[in-house]
Amino acid sequence: MDKRAAFRSWWLPSLFALPQIILILLFFYWPAVAVLRWAFTLEPPFGGAAEFVGLANFQEVFADPLYWNSVGVSLAFALCGTLATIFIGLVLALAVDRQLPGSAPFRFLYILPYAIAGPAAGMAFRFILSPERGLMASVNAAFPDFWNPAKYGSHALILVIVVFAWKWAGYTFIFLLAGLQSVPRSLIEAAAMDGCGPIRRAVDIQIPLLAPTLFFLLVIMMTEGFVGADTYGIVARTTDGGPNHGTDVMVYRIVEEAFRGLNYSGASAQSLVLIGLIMIFTFIQFRFIERQVHYK
Amino acid sequence: MIQRTPFANALTYGVMIFGFLLLIGPFIVIVSGASQTFQQVNAIPFSFVPQDRLFENMGAAWSRANLGTAMLNSFIMASLVTVGKVSLSALTAFAIVFFRTPLKGFFFWMVFITLMLPLEVRVVPTYAVAADLFQPIRLLISAVTGFEVSVDWNLLNSYTGLTLPLIATATGTFLYRQFYLTLPDELAEAARMDGSGAIRFFIDMLLPLSRTNMLALTTIMFVYGWNQYLWPLLMVTDPQYKTTMMSLVALLPSDNGTPDWNVTLAGSLIIMLPPLVVVAVLQRWFVRGLVATEK
Amino acid sequence: MADIAIRAVRKSYGKNPTLHGIDLSFASGEFVVILGPSGCGKSTLLRMIAGLEEITSGEIAINGKVVNRLEPRERGCAMVFQNYALYPHMTVAGNIGYALKVAGVPKTERLRRIEETAKIVGLSDYLDRKPAALSGGQRQRVAMARAIIREPNVFLFDEPLSNLDAKLRVTMRAEIRKLHQRLQATSIFVTHDQVEAMTLADKLVVMNKGVVEQVGQPLDIYHRPASIFVASFIGSPAMNLFDATVDVENAYLAFGGTKMSINNGHAVRLGSRQITVGIRPEQCVVAPDGVSIKVDFIEELGSGRIIHSELNGYPFAASVDEHLRVRPGDRVTLKLPLAHMHLFDKETGRRIEIDLEPRGTGSFSSQPALQAV
Repeated sequence: MDKRAAFRSWWLPSLFALPQIILILLFFYWPAVAVLRWAFTLEPPFGGAAEFVGLANFQEVFADPLYWNSVGVSLAFALCGTLATIFIGLVLALAVDRQLPGSAPFRFLYILPYAIAGPAAGMAFRFILSPERGLMASVNAAFPDFWNPAKYGSHALILVIVVFAWKWAGYTFIFLLAGLQSVPRSLIEAAAMDGCGPIRRAVDIQIPLLAPTLFFLLVIMMTEGFVGADTYGIVARTTDGGPNHGTDVMVYRIVEEAFRGLNYSGASAQSLVLIGLIMIFTFIQFRFIERQVHYK
Repeated sequence: MIQRTPFANALTYGVMIFGFLLLIGPFIVIVSGASQTFQQVNAIPFSFVPQDRLFENMGAAWSRANLGTAMLNSFIMASLVTVGKVSLSALTAFAIVFFRTPLKGFFFWMVFITLMLPLEVRVVPTYAVAADLFQPIRLLISAVTGFEVSVDWNLLNSYTGLTLPLIATATGTFLYRQFYLTLPDELAEAARMDGSGAIRFFIDMLLPLSRTNMLALTTIMFVYGWNQYLWPLLMVTDPQYKTTMMSLVALLPSDNGTPDWNVTLAGSLIIMLPPLVVVAVLQRWFVRGLVATEK
Repeated sequence: MADIAIRAVRKSYGKNPTLHGIDLSFASGEFVVILGPSGCGKSTLLRMIAGLEEITSGEIAINGKVVNRLEPRERGCAMVFQNYALYPHMTVAGNIGYALKVAGVPKTERLRRIEETAKIVGLSDYLDRKPAALSGGQRQRVAMARAIIREPNVFLFDEPLSNLDAKLRVTMRAEIRKLHQRLQATSIFVTHDQVEAMTLADKLVVMNKGVVEQVGQPLDIYHRPASIFVASFIGSPAMNLFDATVDVENAYLAFGGTKMSINNGHAVRLGSRQITVGIRPEQCVVAPDGVSIKVDFIEELGSGRIIHSELNGYPFAASVDEHLRVRPGDRVTLKLPLAHMHLFDKETGRRIEIDLEPRGTGSFSSQPALQAV
């Protein structure tokens, strides 16, 4: 889409764009190139110029079972987190969209968790879903060791997924509600004339028409789950990647490897794999985004 | 709504209340926990009834984690990120949309690609750049002239370092571009016929017209800036520049000390409050901005 | 007041040429209407005069000064846009006075001129309103006022009436004409509506596919269209057109299954080329002899009616008197007067300047020149 560009000048727009271009070059392109460089080189432990090692960094990364563990954890985290947020958002959006009296405040309240930073939420949930206090203590009192994220990796993974879902459900809710409200009223009325009840209408008419929004959210949330700013924060402040690497998601591992293990090359190789993954997601998103537009 | 059936209505209310418990419940737990004594907060079962010690606990948390400095720093950082993003986005989008220049496509793609790589995956080299900002320039100079120059400037422990790398992304630019594209072509042409140049058009027309847009972006960017975790963690070693997210650790009860979670919860409540207030008060613009930035 | 000269002006977007060499000149104070179907390049031409489009080649001069490289503000033109392009965040007064503000006119002087201009277009009571609170006609007036206040040498109108409803369009048409009489500035008005064009123009320019088909006074163009395109584009209902051949030896014109005797000299001049013959529906006369057609359907206009039929496979329309008693399926005999026949070269599409019979009242009384075959 192009406008009939009104002004003719080459230096004026360059001047306007310059600050952002400089920032992007400095803090985006330069580092992006550095990731590439580091991924294929290795800095000798006692200083000296980095030497080119080809795919050795990747081989080392792929040979590490802990790396594959982090891939599995990330996949589980992103997939479960995404499905949970979309499911909660969808059910709530369907309910609020019926516009029954008194539903307006709910609409306002559901978005609030989105304002909370992942790490802050994570810390609060450490208390809320702690095995010794908060809400789960009573359950544990009845069934000892029923819930202990500090001890079991799987419990810890569920905990971080809960934090993720809590924070993002309001976000999907907003998009799905907007999607539902753009479904033409006449269509729902036609279904009602055909004898569909509210639940039937939701399943047969509204959800199929929401398909583009759902797809869009699926891609966005998966990306968020893999590399989102909050994913790192949630894991770091809730479980610290543990116990026993049970919540060691890919971003967490990259940062740990780089800043605690000082293994820049290994971290860069892992970054590169992740970048490839995001590019695939982005590509999928833009391939299908046109379909999304038709419904707007 | 057409065809109200009692069963479906009851189910709808049930779902909405369940959603309320699910999404707002944690806030209730935090607030009640933060207002209890340390015995009450550790009681089994947990009592949802708020007590009267909220401000006391908040005070304790405030001094324990030195929240005064942290809140101020977070506020400065979030404000700088917001102002920087909003102004740069407005300018860059203006350059991309309203000019006929061969550089237009170049600018667009250059900015567009940044959408693909969030800070988290290139955090290591970005950190390296921030720690030694002039490295690219030095390399350029030595490559071109053969001279080694030794200027350096590191951004560690500074507001510049906290904010600049976060401003260097494209979300806001696209929000503005989207908005500019909805303006009719004739608006700029009419302004030109009236004798207005590009800069005048930007100030007289685009700035006032994009007020809602600006508000939407402001809410989003404030929340984004306030909630940054990983980047300040790397950039700041000097306690003077600590942000609230970094104070979270200090709020945790120590492993062998008293489990005074009431203070921890009170502290996290303080930290959560500013973005929560922004979103609650400016919700209309916030929602509009959210929906617009992603499309 | 300014005269405008357009010399060999071309415009291409990339490799697609949209204007193929336009030569026009407009006298000072003239009201020029550029008429053409959408996509003919008329708006592009207007925008090139305004300075909103670059000129690929050729030159445009205002008052003898070539303006190709001048910014719009330096050309002394004011423009009224099709969708008005009012500044939505400014009041009516702000909109009208914006050009003066940019030019740095002092505030008191500015306010005085805003009020003066608002009075001319009848907006004095609306100066504090925002455009969103105005009706379509009022917005149109603001757009006009915004142009008037600059006291421009040239007024440019880009289909300014097309967003108004039919009734308002007629009113505004009259107002624009009145305004022109008062201000006497050179005006160029682009439209695709032939009624607007005929009623407003001192000089009419008909364009098609990036070339000028004809320039002249509206009635001249109506009576002597220079090409098949102009003939079919101007006039409602459109002119009836038939392919025709000339028999030079026997001196007759054959078309639509009929033969019409013509003057020997004319026949020789026409030669044996392919010809298109045209006659306007309003020139067909119901008569005892002539071509016989079967009525397909009838369009009632109130003041008259149009019968639609076919003549040897060509669609054929004729305006008839409202009192003529005719129904679909009836046969009607029509006389096609030679004096009102237009001849065109089928290949080039241009008019052939031959009057088969002199026009005027006398031509109707001449011998019937038409024989049904």
